[in-house]
Amino acid sequence: MGVDLALIWAIIILFGILMYVIMDGFDLGIGLLFSLVTDKEDRDIMMNTVAPVWDGNETWLVLGGAGLLAAFPLAYSVVLSAFMLPLIFMLLGLIFRGVAFEFRFKAQDHRRHWWDKAFIGGSVIATFFQGVTLGAYMHGLPVVNRSYAGGALDWITPFSIFTGLGLLVAYALLGCTWLIFKTEGALHDRMRQLARPLVFALLGVIVLLSIWTPLTHSAIAERWFSVPNIFFFAPVPILVVVAAWCLLRSLNRDPHAGPFLLTLALLFLGYSGLGISVWPNIIPPDITIWDASGPAESQGFTLVGALLIIPLILMYTAWSYYVFRGKVVSSEGYH
Amino acid sequence: MELDALMLARVQFGFTIAFHIIFPSITIGLASYLMVLEAYWLKTGKRHYYDLYHYWIKIFAVNFAMGVVSGLVMAYQFGTNWSYFSDFAGGITGPLLAYEVLTAFFLEAGFLGVMLFGWSRVGPGLHFFSTIMVALGTLLSATWILASNSWMQTPAGYEIVNNQAVPVDWIAVIFNPSFPYRLVHMGLAAFLVTALIVGASAAWHLLHKNDTPAIRKMLSMAMWMLLVTAPIQAVVGDFHGLNTLKHQPAKLAAIEGHWENKPGEGVPLTLFGWPDMQEEKNHFALEVPRLGSLILTHSWDGQFAGLKSFAPEDRPNATVVFWTFRIMVGLGFLMIGLALWAAWARWRGRLFESRPLLRCILYMGPSGLVAMLAGWMTTEIGRQPWIVYNVMRTADGVSDHGAYELGLTLALFVIIYFIVFGAGTVYILRLIRKGPATQDPVPGGPGETRTPARPFSAAPQQRDGHEEPLNRDKR
Ligand code: HDD
Ligand code: HEM
Ligand code: HEM
Repeated sequence: MGVDLALIWAIIILFGILMYVIMDGFDLGIGLLFSLVTDKEDRDIMMNTVAPVWDGNETWLVLGGAGLLAAFPLAYSVVLSAFMLPLIFMLLGLIFRGVAFEFRFKAQDHRRHWWDKAFIGGSVIATFFQGVTLGAYMHGLPVVNRSYAGGALDWITPFSIFTGLGLLVAYALLGCTWLIFKTEGALHDRMRQLARPLVFALLGVIVLLSIWTPLTHSAIAERWFSVPNIFFFAPVPILVVVAAWCLLRSLNRDPHAGPFLLTLALLFLGYSGLGISVWPNIIPPDITIWDASGPAESQGFTLVGALLIIPLILMYTAWSYYVFRGKVVSSEGYH
Repeated sequence: MELDALMLARVQFGFTIAFHIIFPSITIGLASYLMVLEAYWLKTGKRHYYDLYHYWIKIFAVNFAMGVVSGLVMAYQFGTNWSYFSDFAGGITGPLLAYEVLTAFFLEAGFLGVMLFGWSRVGPGLHFFSTIMVALGTLLSATWILASNSWMQTPAGYEIVNNQAVPVDWIAVIFNPSFPYRLVHMGLAAFLVTALIVGASAAWHLLHKNDTPAIRKMLSMAMWMLLVTAPIQAVVGDFHGLNTLKHQPAKLAAIEGHWENKPGEGVPLTLFGWPDMQEEKNHFALEVPRLGSLILTHSWDGQFAGLKSFAPEDRPNATVVFWTFRIMVGLGFLMIGLALWAAWARWRGRLFESRPLLRCILYMGPSGLVAMLAGWMTTEIGRQPWIVYNVMRTADGVSDHGAYELGLTLALFVIIYFIVFGAGTVYILRLIRKGPATQDPVPGGPGETRTPARPFSAAPQQRDGHEEPLNRDKR
């Protein structure tokens, strides 16, 4: 047919995961920042900035999983069974985080603090284990006879712990700039102060990652530093520096949507850096998207739906963000 | 039965899905109920519809959150715990799940925010539209996931290439032989579950002398729903059974506790008994001669395969399946009885007064959930030892995890589910106990000017006096 279904699907799944990282990233980030804000009013506001949209944000994670199962069943089964423990920990974190949105407002006053803690703890756990899984995935998985051949705890490495911590910083910055965008007054100012150290922390993480990854993974080093490639990929680090500089500057002015959008740009760059490092493997170090492809009939059938429906989804998602546009000032309106 | 890794994986899956399915059944039923309530409110402008909508939507929101987080676990468990199955069947179940995400989950999630929080941000028309989209999403979701499950029960439209199931005919995959029956049966089950819960809530309030038009309306609607759906459910169930006889004879033999045919004699219907897998017979059996033949073959001495005609390693556990099936059917007939009693009381004008009736309605509140879970256990345990019927064994589908990891995660699931979903249940019961509030409608309702959508900084509380109590009541 000449259409490279595996390639198109890899792009759709990468897009789905990117959407997830961006969208659930800021609401997990709010969960992380919850620990720094103790005032009840402020906490209500923080939660209310995402209450109407968090479920849709999380659905991108399900799309990533389902798309992987549909298009690359081998990758789905190998990666998920290899990372069973961190993934289940992540899911358990998401349970606490998800129900807290509703339970927090239903609990009696003297019990509410439990759901605040569940919200914080759930967000921390979910984010950390997402990062750990990502790091362990970059590291690569041994596969024999179409199934994972490593141990149950192989995902615990210094590198993966570091990516776990790194993701905490990234999501915290996303949440922080989202709040700068959606709130005003004292909470807004608070977040503005917090953003600056978080930007530097994130830059630190990015720098360390860019040194550590090629040092320990020679294939990745070759991908980046061999001769023609280095010129193609050089814009990535340069753009990172530019985006970070703009971000810091925008924090000095009267910031609203700007810092949030620039943080998105930063994360997008980091994400494409990871993509460049692994491409075209779907199970690093050596199973490509073509090796792991499921039946073409399955990929084609699902593709029709994906191409028709994803634009619609983006439209009504945008509409629902539009309905809830503007600054959230008081909890009263929502709950 | 020893607790090896396979058994632990099965227990884990059974535990998490059994918890999950409780929430969708309520979500599906309540979403449609809310849609009807809002439609009546917009059409008639009668206050109690508005009050009921805002009463049930809070319960809906708590339930929905629990459905989402428990469902998320399911979507990943196929890969973490059933990796060989996923590699084998992912080409079939994956696209079905992906379509569920695309057509149903996003629809529900996208419009849920507006449905819950958008009452004063969009006009009544758009709000109603959002409610409809959420309700539609829940039904679409059920359709896709049941297509997937039914394919595992009665696979069709595929061939096996290089040890992978490859779809050749998607229509045949989706409309596989058991799918229509399962879809209708499960859809009705969700409506029954909800009707029984709504009815029980109303009965509780009436028994506690909280007699308002809204509560009467609730009881009346629930009993009408029960009267219509419960008998249909029994008929659909009968057809479902005939379909099972055709496609999964071993499961049906287990359901009936039928071991072997006697030459030239019809099969009795075993009402009660204790099927014994070791001794291959029923203890304490109470049988009605020939009735089994009559129901399943529609003839006086028709025969169908008994369990002994299947190799021992191909037999599902008849002790469990036999009983879960009887629990479901027994409760089904109780529901029909309750619906008839309520109809009779209504005709006599005593629906809202008869205390024995109200008490029965209250006690039957959870029976829908119990019947629904019993039905799923019949279906799923009756499918064993196959994960894809007659194609792949459950033992060949499980990932190679050790018993330690599985034991640890199972323990975590059990502890966390009981804490979190236990708390959720308490909150739901507390909300139910509060009863529908009586309050003034928001601006923007029928006959009033449309409320403009506007940013929240424009402090909605100041718009007029009615706004504040309404919004506080949202929770
Ligand atoms: C008959 C209906 C039905 C059945 C059998 C299942 N589900 Fe479910 N599921 C729903 C009906 C539903 C729903 C009504 O659409 C839910 C319930 C509450 C909700 O938020 O949507 C849902 C939620 C839900 C979610 C969260 C969606 C979101 O983020 O909005 C996921 C990922 C799954 N389910 C996945 C599964 C899987 C993998 C199942 C099979 C093992 C499964 N469900 C069985
Ligand atoms: C929603 C209500 C459902 C309930 C309550 C339910 C219940 C169960 C139970 C109790 C088992 C364990 C059977 C055993 O091992 O003895 C099981 C197994 C299984 N079910 Fe379901 N099920 C439901 C729906 C589904 C759906 C919709 C799917 C697929 C899309 C599904 C897929 C499976 C799979 C893959 C297993 C394999 C594990 C095993 O065989 O033990 N189930 N289910
Ligand atoms: C009253 C007479 C009823 C009959 C004759 C009946 C019949 C059946 C049969 C034969 C099955 C097994 C299908 C299979 O082979 O997999 C089944 C499954 C099931 N039943 Fe029933 N049923 C009845 C009532 C109910 C009620 C009242 C509910 C719930 C409120 C219910 C919920 C279910 C569910 C959820 C399943 C599993 C999903 C499926 O396979 O459809 N049933 N039923």
